[in-house]
Amino acid sequence: MAAPADQVGPGATGIAVEVNLGDRLFRWGTAAFAAGTILILAAMAIQMTRASAMSLRHFGLGFITSTQWDPVRDLYGALPYIYGTLVSSFVALLIAVPVSLGVAILLSELAPGWLLQPASFLVELLAAVPSVIYGLWGVFVLTPWLRESVQPPLQKAFGFLPFFQGTPHGFGMMAGGMILAIMILPTISSVTREVMRAVPSTLRECALALGATRWEMVRTAVLPYARSGIVGAIILGLGRALGETMAVTMVIGNRAEISASLFAPSYTMASVIANEFTEASGDLYLSALSQIGLLLFAVTVLLNVVARLLVWRVRKVAAR
Amino acid sequence: MKAPPGEPYLRRRVVDVVARGLCVLMFVLAVVPLLSLLTYVVKQGVGGLSWSFFTELPKPVGETGGGMANALTGSAILVGLACAVGMPVGILAGIYLAEYGKNRFGDAVRFCADVLSGVPSITVGVFVYTLIVLSMKRFSALAGGVALGILMLPTVTRTTEELIRLVPDTLREAALALGVPRWRATLRVVLRTALPGIATGLMLAVARAAGETAPLLFTAFNNRFWSASLDKPMASLPVQIFTYAVSPYDDWHRQAWAAALVLVAAVLVLNVAARLVVYGRTAR
Amino acid sequence: MKRLFCLLLAVAAAITGCKKDETAPASGPIDLQGAGATFPYPLYSKWVAEYQKAHPDVRVNYQSIGSGGGIRQVTERTVDFGASDAPMTDAELQKAPGKLLHVPTTLGAVVVTFNLQGVTALQLTPELVAGIFLGEITRWNDPKLAAANPDAKLPDAAITVAYRSDGSGTTAVFTDYLAKISPAWKEKAGAGKSVKFPVGLGAKGNEGVAGQIKTTPGTVGYVELAYAKQNNLSFASIKNKAGKFVTPELGGVSAAAAGALANMPEDFRVSITDAEGDTAYPISSFTYILLYEEQQDARKGGALVNFLWWAVHDGQKFEADLFYAPLPAELVTKVEAKLKGVKSGGKALLAGAGG
Repeated sequence: MAAPADQVGPGATGIAVEVNLGDRLFRWGTAAFAAGTILILAAMAIQMTRASAMSLRHFGLGFITSTQWDPVRDLYGALPYIYGTLVSSFVALLIAVPVSLGVAILLSELAPGWLLQPASFLVELLAAVPSVIYGLWGVFVLTPWLRESVQPPLQKAFGFLPFFQGTPHGFGMMAGGMILAIMILPTISSVTREVMRAVPSTLRECALALGATRWEMVRTAVLPYARSGIVGAIILGLGRALGETMAVTMVIGNRAEISASLFAPSYTMASVIANEFTEASGDLYLSALSQIGLLLFAVTVLLNVVARLLVWRVRKVAAR
Repeated sequence: MKAPPGEPYLRRRVVDVVARGLCVLMFVLAVVPLLSLLTYVVKQGVGGLSWSFFTELPKPVGETGGGMANALTGSAILVGLACAVGMPVGILAGIYLAEYGKNRFGDAVRFCADVLSGVPSITVGVFVYTLIVLSMKRFSALAGGVALGILMLPTVTRTTEELIRLVPDTLREAALALGVPRWRATLRVVLRTALPGIATGLMLAVARAAGETAPLLFTAFNNRFWSASLDKPMASLPVQIFTYAVSPYDDWHRQAWAAALVLVAAVLVLNVAARLVVYGRTAR
Repeated sequence: MKRLFCLLLAVAAAITGCKKDETAPASGPIDLQGAGATFPYPLYSKWVAEYQKAHPDVRVNYQSIGSGGGIRQVTERTVDFGASDAPMTDAELQKAPGKLLHVPTTLGAVVVTFNLQGVTALQLTPELVAGIFLGEITRWNDPKLAAANPDAKLPDAAITVAYRSDGSGTTAVFTDYLAKISPAWKEKAGAGKSVKFPVGLGAKGNEGVAGQIKTTPGTVGYVELAYAKQNNLSFASIKNKAGKFVTPELGGVSAAAAGALANMPEDFRVSITDAEGDTAYPISSFTYILLYEEQQDARKGGALVNFLWWAVHDGQKFEADLFYAPLPAELVTKVEAKLKGVKSGGKALLAGAGG
């Protein structure tokens, strides 16, 4: 809605009227800080590329397709880790997005006043727990519960599907995905809730005045307005899921194998870096680990591009 | 709505109730693991809380007493540093994106912020290690603060942007109509209106920064002694928790859980305090 | 808004106001930074505290970030000394800007622990250990296991192997042993801080493996001795080179070190797994502190050397309580000679300098 910046002076329409020095300074100042984000990312990318240079030269593209990871023989390949990261994040989003949306809707639209404060308090508590503690809880509470009460019945009922085959250890992709979901839940739901709350009341009242039920009001007045903010929240949550290390590493089994089963152990890119970086000695080994970091970077970029394309298409369809 | 009243209305009512019920169910699903986690943390941690925990330095295994006083203050200093780095950059960048950012440059910044949120904390730690620790030839609290600040950046930026964007233009127009220069209107009117939501984003970011271990291992290191200087290693709760949790000793485990409890409680208190301050000043 | 601005200004002033310390003041407390292996962390913490009682102005800050981390940081000179379970390789030593010395400080044992209903002790031959970890022996009631343990009621259950997913000195020692006693293992997986285990689940840290064993019946894994003792895990006695079944007790570990003394290299970089001797426990190892022979700062270097001197003499008496084994006396004599060779600016540091 802001008019282009070069429109200046009394005859200009629109809001951006930058006549005075203060405005110009402000614009440039904030732009400089915004540029800082790009700078930091670029610097990181450069540093990672330099650190991976040896590994890139050595393995080339084969790094992405190889399933070997043998530090003793200096043979490295990233495919199982890419698979592990993508699938665990996908499972996490699958669980977290509906739950977060439900929680956000409840807290911003449906909850009565007395419930609101304690309930939002509870959800934010989830964000305050450090990663390491999630991991420990995962090892001592979540995985035994999965191994004993969840995975066997799932196997009995749906064992014909490749997702539920194999020995239930408790540790594995399912535990990893679930813990990630719990960890990104507060991010997605809090941001979504704030975004929903910022929707002007007049829109809500309009819908209600036209006879909509509360759910219809949310569906037609609030959600569309808040849509881009919700997508932003999901992307933030996805980002966190991709990069989460400690908690996932403690429950995912840490085995670099690709398997369709959710019960099987897996290994994510962030986990392997966290597990092996501090102890790695040997230039090619360190370089390979840096290359995994670079790949994770690339995967994040790719996923963000895809998400943006999706949003752009949704906007185009909705505009019709 | 030309259909006769009755059946379609009933269907809509049912959909409404089901949808609301689902929302409640989702909430319950979210709260159950939380309660399980909290009970576990409290159960494990309460036994380790004591006066000595809050006032003494770490003691070796086998000696009674010993606490995490330096880690408590260290974490506070590190988070403060992180805020000093992450808050101004994040909020100002977010303002730019919302007010002036509907161009290619803004898109690039947005994209970078999203990608940055996906970088694992250990990579950020290694980056800051290469940048600051190797240059200074020592581990330092400054490096730790910068690393945590970078971790906070994407959350603060994106939340600020989203919330400022949602401030209705009528407010902006009203301020401008009163003759307020744009920059002032943005800071005093728009930012202030969006502040409660931004505070949420800030708290999320602070919570994450306060609980991260991996980046600190390469930057602030850890310190078993008191230190408040920015160019020496600094103790922090998450690293101390991690060190104790992976040890074989029950006494240290108890202290680790107690520290976890304190960390969660501290972030919560901060959260509540921020909310109170912000809500106290701005009308909902 | 104004308040926020003032606050930020104050923080900025505080940050810039805190100037960098000048290096090593001529008087006042001496701060030494050390980084490295997790295994000796409890012991070093004890040493640091005890040493400070006698020398209150020497503050040694040791943090466990892993052996590899320790090697890297001491090479980069961001810390004053490093610590590693596995000795540095020649390539690593080449990269350091000066000559690095290995000072053995204590000994540890890696034990094979398990969680099996109704069984609290197992006897394992080297072949059995290799077979289990190679994935060749998959059930607890395998006839080979039963043959070595005629009294144990081994159930018909699957064996789940737990290994360290993170790189670690513990893995280095264990796989070093496996590679020595099993050519099949050497070929399939090899020895190192991080190897590709043929079967099993990876857990993070000794604590992770111990936790996994504790919570999952039928699991077998390897952990440091202290973890097995503290968690009350059942462990196996292993048949050593001399043919005797030895339980992992401190005496056995010291015996392994004594057995290796005959062939001790001058720089102490040696592996003592599968050692000679009737009472030697076969999966033992040294842990080292790494420091430069030529110290840049005479005051700090002096404090460090004096600390290490104390550690290999008086410090040894604190080890037993924490499940570390003391160094054999002859080895201490050799270490003394090494420490006397540490200098700064050409002058030997040991004779009463610093601390």
